[in-house]
Amino acid sequence: MTLLGNLALWVAFLLGAWGALTGFLGAASGRADLIASSRQAVYALCGVLLVAVVSLEVALFRHDFNVEYVAAYTSRNLPIFYTWSALYAGQKGSLLFWATVLSLFGALAQALTAPRHRVYLPYVGAITCLVCTFFLSVMVFSSISHANPFERLAYTPVDGNGLNPQLQNPGMVFHPPMLYLGYISITIPFAFAMAALLSKRLDADWLVAIRKWTLLSWLFLSIGICLGMWWAYVELGWGGYWAWDPVENASFLPWLTMTAFLHSVMIQEKRGMLKKWNLALIIGSWLLSIFGTFITRSGVIASVHSFTQSKVGWFFGGFLLIAAGGSFLLYFIRLPLLKAEARLESMVSREASFLFNNLLLVGIAAVVLLGTLLPILTEWLVGTKYTVKAPWFNFVNIPLGLLLLAFTGIGPLIAWRRASVPNLKRQFAAPVAAGLVTTLAILAAGMRDPYPVIAIGLAGFVLTTIGQEFWRGVAARHRQYGEAWLLALGRLIARNRRRYGGYVVHFGILILFIAFAGYAFKTETEATLRPGESASIKSPYGWTYTFTHLGISQYTALNRQVTAATVDVSRDGKRVGLLTTEKRQHVDAEGNPTFQPSTEVGIKSDVREDLYVVLAGVVNGSEQAVYRFTINPLVWWVWYGGMIVALGGLIVMWPGGGSVSVRRAQAGYGVKLVAKNG
Amino acid sequence: MQRREFLALVGAGLLSGYPPMRQSTQDTTAGPAGRLYDPSWATSVQPVTARDNDKGIQAIEKRIKCTCGCGLDVYTCRTTDFTCPVSPKMHAQVLALADAGNTPDQILAEFVREHGVEVLMAPKLPWVNVSVGVVFVAAVALLLLSMRRWVRRAQATAAPATADAPPNPAELERLRQALLHTDA
Repeated sequence: MTLLGNLALWVAFLLGAWGALTGFLGAASGRADLIASSRQAVYALCGVLLVAVVSLEVALFRHDFNVEYVAAYTSRNLPIFYTWSALYAGQKGSLLFWATVLSLFGALAQALTAPRHRVYLPYVGAITCLVCTFFLSVMVFSSISHANPFERLAYTPVDGNGLNPQLQNPGMVFHPPMLYLGYISITIPFAFAMAALLSKRLDADWLVAIRKWTLLSWLFLSIGICLGMWWAYVELGWGGYWAWDPVENASFLPWLTMTAFLHSVMIQEKRGMLKKWNLALIIGSWLLSIFGTFITRSGVIASVHSFTQSKVGWFFGGFLLIAAGGSFLLYFIRLPLLKAEARLESMVSREASFLFNNLLLVGIAAVVLLGTLLPILTEWLVGTKYTVKAPWFNFVNIPLGLLLLAFTGIGPLIAWRRASVPNLKRQFAAPVAAGLVTTLAILAAGMRDPYPVIAIGLAGFVLTTIGQEFWRGVAARHRQYGEAWLLALGRLIARNRRRYGGYVVHFGILILFIAFAGYAFKTETEATLRPGESASIKSPYGWTYTFTHLGISQYTALNRQVTAATVDVSRDGKRVGLLTTEKRQHVDAEGNPTFQPSTEVGIKSDVREDLYVVLAGVVNGSEQAVYRFTINPLVWWVWYGGMIVALGGLIVMWPGGGSVSVRRAQAGYGVKLVAKNG
Repeated sequence: MQRREFLALVGAGLLSGYPPMRQSTQDTTAGPAGRLYDPSWATSVQPVTARDNDKGIQAIEKRIKCTCGCGLDVYTCRTTDFTCPVSPKMHAQVLALADAGNTPDQILAEFVREHGVEVLMAPKLPWVNVSVGVVFVAAVALLLLSMRRWVRRAQATAAPATADAPPNPAELERLRQALLHTDA
């Protein structure tokens, strides 16, 4: 099968090169035969790469340890679930996964794009083929990159190394592919943007063509980031979910720019403004997705998430430079064609608030990028590698994040074009009052930390904004059509999915901000306990939790030797339940240890706070255990906030509900007519 | 193994589900009371002292980066990666410096003297913070100025338009239809 896989890689490489060449030539010359050939190459590329993936999976499931990748990331006793996910656990496999998914998205773009947007497809096919060919070149020129997943060893080991225990977690099965899907799918909007630039068709048409793709990409990135936070929380054992690690930052950067794009694109659709900005955001988002892969694979910046340092990083570094140079050169050449069709009419308008929202999102992205690249920049500039970690990122980003939260509430309240004073009063009265009441209430409750107070106060403001928008919409339907309240709500969302799905996303974001505010009140303590001994810790809500060490048991399970410590938990003397935390020593099929012992956290979660118990270790081989007990307020809200964000994203991109693009075009036309007619 | 035993084993396996998918566990606790069956399965650590939980010490350690390469602060590393040989030593050094009567700033200064400024989680880089602040303020100012210019231009170009002929009824009807569907 590896022979077939290798062959498939080479065939795919040639098909990719052919698809790119014929696509560009066909689009430039208008030759139908070349265009058709390019289109067929895109489909064939996808088919051939699927063969390569199947070949690698077969090698993984057959435990063909003569294949270096199989030996490096699996073992005979690795659970099936993780044997499957080993496909993208290592550098080489993840490159194959990336190329295959990109080819699949490329084929879907060819197949699903509406007829009126097909004019872009030859260039889109050519660009997806080009990017795919780059990924394939990294794999097939293995003598330089050492990145061919089908590379064989000179001997066959009896067993493989197995998968890193921290990757043996359900979160790690879904988190990487979700992030990859997010990164990869940005290539399609980028390809459409390039196609629009190359073909000089720079009206709003290409935006309509990429709408679903941008939402899909944003949705995958959002889900991937949330799953990554969940994995970090339950698996890494440090009691948090975001550490501003360079690789975390690399996933956050395109999310920020895509979020900015999803807002600013509305201004272009409705008013014909910000054409240059939107194109720059799409190009920037795609470059940031490639930058993410460069960071993870080059080893230029130390990160716990990085793949092993290799020459692959330099392939990506070179590709990033060429792609950035090429796309921005084309962008600057086409700037004269990107004139706005309308102008900003008032500083107090929804357009203006979206501009500020964009500035904040891009500003946060710039700060995160600066902090991530600081070691490289300072080494170049001053000869010393300075690194900044969570305290610095929090210091800079928390105020910006709070401003952004404020704009989440302000934006929907301001009218397009120009807001009048009576309109502003009517719109802002309830939300501002709610924000003030919330702030006073939490101050009265004794909370004094400024950032959490501001965050929760702003959450009250934003929540009322969202509630007011829904209430007015539902009440209008109820009044106008006599619909029952629930039916009116359902129809309101169904008829305006973009708007009300967007509000659901905003609601999810505000839930996340409340959760982040709660994290400021984390408390923890360490204790050494003999069986029967207890340790106590006070929660931010004033309760006293008592943890009584019951004892330690040891047993073997599947591919690991487990040391499990159990504590009995009570809150203010009332029993809450048992919590078990483990040390796991993973072993190979012969029973030999494979990795350092890993920690399995014991978590008891509810809407108010999480009890988070970690077994640090044992003292002198006895049942005397060292624990770390942490109380994390409002962590539950992070996961559910993430789910609400994903739900909102799904509502926005759910198909049907009439021709959205036509409505958008009509809306834009309507606004223009109003402008013309005064 | 006899054929009958083999078939019985296969039958039992089928009835109990596909073996690799099951998280079958086997309790092997058989050590003497108070002792673990196999201490090598678990990480061996030192008992926690009251100083380890000292909030002041933890606050200092949260500002110092562990030099093992994990990128975490000393406190988080020593309470998360229990196999790290570096963070316990750095923790001991913090305790020793505190015991010698050093203030938190003096302790940090000692670490900076020993490892360089990169040992700090948030090194004082005024030029970076000032640059970020200046760039951000400049960006806001630039945006405001640009917006003001756009608004003025729009007002200048909109003035003649208002003097035009009254709206075309067909256009207004189209607008009415469009607004019926718009969501803004």
